Amino acid sequence: MRMSRRAYARLAVVASGIALAAAAWAQNSTIDEIAKYRAALQGGNPAELWEARGEGLWNEPRGPNKVSLQKCDLGLGPGVVKGAYTQLPRYFADADRVMDLETRIVWCMVKLQGFTEADAKKNPFGAGNDRKADMEALVAYVTSESRGVKMNVAQSHPKEQEAYRLGEKMFYFRGGSHDFACATCHGEDSKRIRLQDLPNLTKKEGAQKGYTTWPAYRVSQGELRSFEWRLYDCFRQQRFPELEFTSEAAIALTMFLAVNANGAAFDAPAIKR
Amino acid sequence: MNKTFLAWIVVGGAAAALVGCATKPTEAETQAKAAQVLKASFKARGQAGMDRLDQDDTQKLCTEYATAAPPKDVAEKIEKINIATIAWPADGKYVGDWRNGERIAQEGRGKQWSDDPAGPVGGNCYACHQLAPQEVSYGTIGPPLYQFGKVRGYNDEIRKYAYGKIYNAEAYNACSNMPRFGHSKILTEAQIKDLVALLMDPDSPVNK
Repeated sequence: MRMSRRAYARLAVVASGIALAAAAWAQNSTIDEIAKYRAALQGGNPAELWEARGEGLWNEPRGPNKVSLQKCDLGLGPGVVKGAYTQLPRYFADADRVMDLETRIVWCMVKLQGFTEADAKKNPFGAGNDRKADMEALVAYVTSESRGVKMNVAQSHPKEQEAYRLGEKMFYFRGGSHDFACATCHGEDSKRIRLQDLPNLTKKEGAQKGYTTWPAYRVSQGELRSFEWRLYDCFRQQRFPELEFTSEAAIALTMFLAVNANGAAFDAPAIKR
Repeated sequence: MNKTFLAWIVVGGAAAALVGCATKPTEAETQAKAAQVLKASFKARGQAGMDRLDQDDTQKLCTEYATAAPPKDVAEKIEKINIATIAWPADGKYVGDWRNGERIAQEGRGKQWSDDPAGPVGGNCYACHQLAPQEVSYGTIGPPLYQFGKVRGYNDEIRKYAYGKIYNAEAYNACSNMPRFGHSKILTEAQIKDLVALLMDPDSPVNK
């Protein structure tokens, strides 16, 4: 998909805004200034570029079968994208397992488009213009179609209940060289790492705030980041080995956090520092 | 235990086995399954091998009692096994150079799969603690340590405590969030002494 001239102009405006905001930030590294900086960025979110590219990829005939993803069933029926993300992860009878969004996109790329599973999973997280990730663009598009919709993740199928229970245990699992668990940083109210506020993901309010604002465009990385990336990079900092993309642990933890966020309006792709 | 009670346990166990998957798994079963699923969901990368997911007794107990403080006997057990691991400095000196300590406290790298195994490795103390007042970018997961030595007194008892606490925090406060920097071979003895200096040297900015 080619970017329109208008999109380029928009990107230039956003980029200069970021440069100005960054300069202001360097002079006053206080929490108030960071809050102002974040507010200033809300006006133009480069995540829109990923959303537009993802929409193009969704509708484009691709893969060995040269078909689009328009018949992909994200849980609400073939082709229904609107609101689908707010009901994921969920149990899919055709796969007889619980899937998060990324896992389901891989499933559709394999079943509909004829990609091998390895090809569908090979570049989950992008690195600037040199290595754009189609997966992050697709995630940006699908999630953007849930903006404003209330989180409503089901716990009706036994496998959905099991995923939640396992995700909860993993959240409290202490390991690695530093004895860290997810809960080490995300288990209490009003804590920070350096100046970064940490949501308490064990409480409804914190889980809602944290979960509904991913995916996000990360200003510091110039990249749109999916929720699977968020988990992947938390585990890196936790000093664990590398979390595998679309692994059962990634899905279970997502289930735990998504269910805890139920009831809140989904508000992403967002923009973060 | 009398025979009737024992018989009831046998009957109960058989009933649970019959119902099978219809019964909710126990906490311990879920815990074991979660550990197993975690192992199947990660791969070794760089210096972060799969052994990072093998929990020692302290990690196991602190996972089991993660949502509420461990009971007194468990806490005592954890502290006992951890105090035994502390290698005290052979020269009996606890205090190094606070200037190095400040650098170690600022350094966030070390032990991540993305880090160079050849270093540098830091304690990343500012991620969680307030220390020198000049550094305004500090976290709040741990207590503020500004004026640590000034408030507690510049004596060997406190120096030794600071050394031991950095070496193995679980020896003093079971299931503390703080890494066991010496025990887990994150920092060297010399680095821990430098951090003790940052906390305990009267000339350190922490005590100004």
